[in-house]
Amino acid sequence: MSTTTIAGVEVDVNDEGFLEDPEQWTEAMAPDLARAEGIDELTERHWQVLRFMREEYFAKGTGPTVRVLGKTSGVPVKELYQLFPKGPAKIAAKVAGIPKPRGCI
Amino acid sequence: MRRLVILGGGTGGTIMANRLRGEYADEALSITVVDQDDHHVYQPGLLFVPFGLADPEEITRTRHRQFHSGVDFLRAEIDRVDVDLDRVHLLDGTVLDYDVLIVATGARLVPEETEGMLGEGWMEKVFTFYTPEGAAALADALESFEGGRLVINLVDMPIKCPVAPLEFAFLADWYFTDRGIRDQIELVYVTPLDGAFTKPVASATLGSLLAEKGVELVTEFNTGEVDGAGGRLVSYDEREVPFDLLVTVPVHSGAAYVGRSPGLGDDLDFVPTDERTLQSKARANVFAIGDATAVPASKAGSVTHFEGEVLTENVRRFLAGEELVAGFDGHANCFIETGFHKALLIDFNYDTEPLPGHFPTAAGPLPLLRESRLNHLGKLMFQWLYWHVLLPGRDLPGVGAELSMSGKEQP
Repeated sequence: MSTTTIAGVEVDVNDEGFLEDPEQWTEAMAPDLARAEGIDELTERHWQVLRFMREEYFAKGTGPTVRVLGKTSGVPVKELYQLFPKGPAKIAAKVAGIPKPRGCI
Repeated sequence: MRRLVILGGGTGGTIMANRLRGEYADEALSITVVDQDDHHVYQPGLLFVPFGLADPEEITRTRHRQFHSGVDFLRAEIDRVDVDLDRVHLLDGTVLDYDVLIVATGARLVPEETEGMLGEGWMEKVFTFYTPEGAAALADALESFEGGRLVINLVDMPIKCPVAPLEFAFLADWYFTDRGIRDQIELVYVTPLDGAFTKPVASATLGSLLAEKGVELVTEFNTGEVDGAGGRLVSYDEREVPFDLLVTVPVHSGAAYVGRSPGLGDDLDFVPTDERTLQSKARANVFAIGDATAVPASKAGSVTHFEGEVLTENVRRFLAGEELVAGFDGHANCFIETGFHKALLIDFNYDTEPLPGHFPTAAGPLPLLRESRLNHLGKLMFQWLYWHVLLPGRDLPGVGAELSMSGKEQP
């Protein structure tokens, strides 16, 4: 674990760059986190996914997998890959400030 | 008299019915098991069918014959569970009231969720060995396969027996070597994971084994479409893998009635369940076992067997009004066939990943995470143990429900 500064605020992150504490996250951090993943601009569709990720995390204790996102977020899987290339569940979780989804066993 | 209803007469349902029948007199507890058919398939045997090493009849028995006397078996389709009224509705209109419910209806394949999978080429050059029909049809296809690209693909986790597609790759290497045409065949393993397996130490070992056997490994491939006519797999990020023959493991969901039962299941129709007590999160008197649960353990018969010991105790405690025991540790124990009469063995749980070393059994130690003939014999013997020890609800001699660190080498 280490600390880093995002949008002017010091936060704790793990080795893979996920926030340790989702409560430290603010909406102002999302654009910076997104840029680090190669996403230059967060559109309303991105935000729909990010908000959904956080709601799911706080309701269920883990972020949804891509398959569940495709079924329940209102954004189809194909579009999720356009919004968050290289793994929507993982990238969206990182930008939304929640832990990496424990999808695979 | 208290009423126990068990949904599903497979591994978990049969183990629970038989174990609990042994704990209670018929007058104290009625036990009713519901299943839609009367065919109990020894699912680990499906792996061998495509290679002509087993046939579907030989690994299938009737469900009703596996139950101890005093267990009522009802062959019917389930419509839904009403967890507010403690009631199961069957499609034929029958209503079953329960004091305790155990959900043991496993996982089902949903190939229709992947674009194109059931389209042109399905059961002609696109197969799954996860069903008896698929495995039998694949046996014919392999027999007439003389050369080309054979792609083995798992679409998304969770799947039943996560090592089975790897075993298929190893056995395919052996099968084509035996037929003398291995040099005419390209074997490719395509997975959404970042390696051969989910856990790091085993993933490295199994990854090198694939390389040794000349199986190409394609990772982080999230299958978006199966194009049977064009012979290619297409990922969501628009990568392509061409194939002449595709052996796929479709995505899995829980049983369909779970989705029709308000409050019982999650978005994929698996039952959210306490990972230690196996009590569902739906209601205190609803429990779940095996592939039907959403617990973060492998979907495998060994897991179900170990859960059975804990769940028997917790159903007893629940009926007696006692506190439940948080006894299940996620223990899984799997043989991995690697061909040429050899197999690996892995033993792990929620906290401990598969490690090398040896696994002590009543018959002597078995090597862990290493190929050996002994493990292959263990795998073959297991089929007998399944019907004669596991399903009747007996303990496996020398193998505890809890993981033991004895013999394991720490990384």
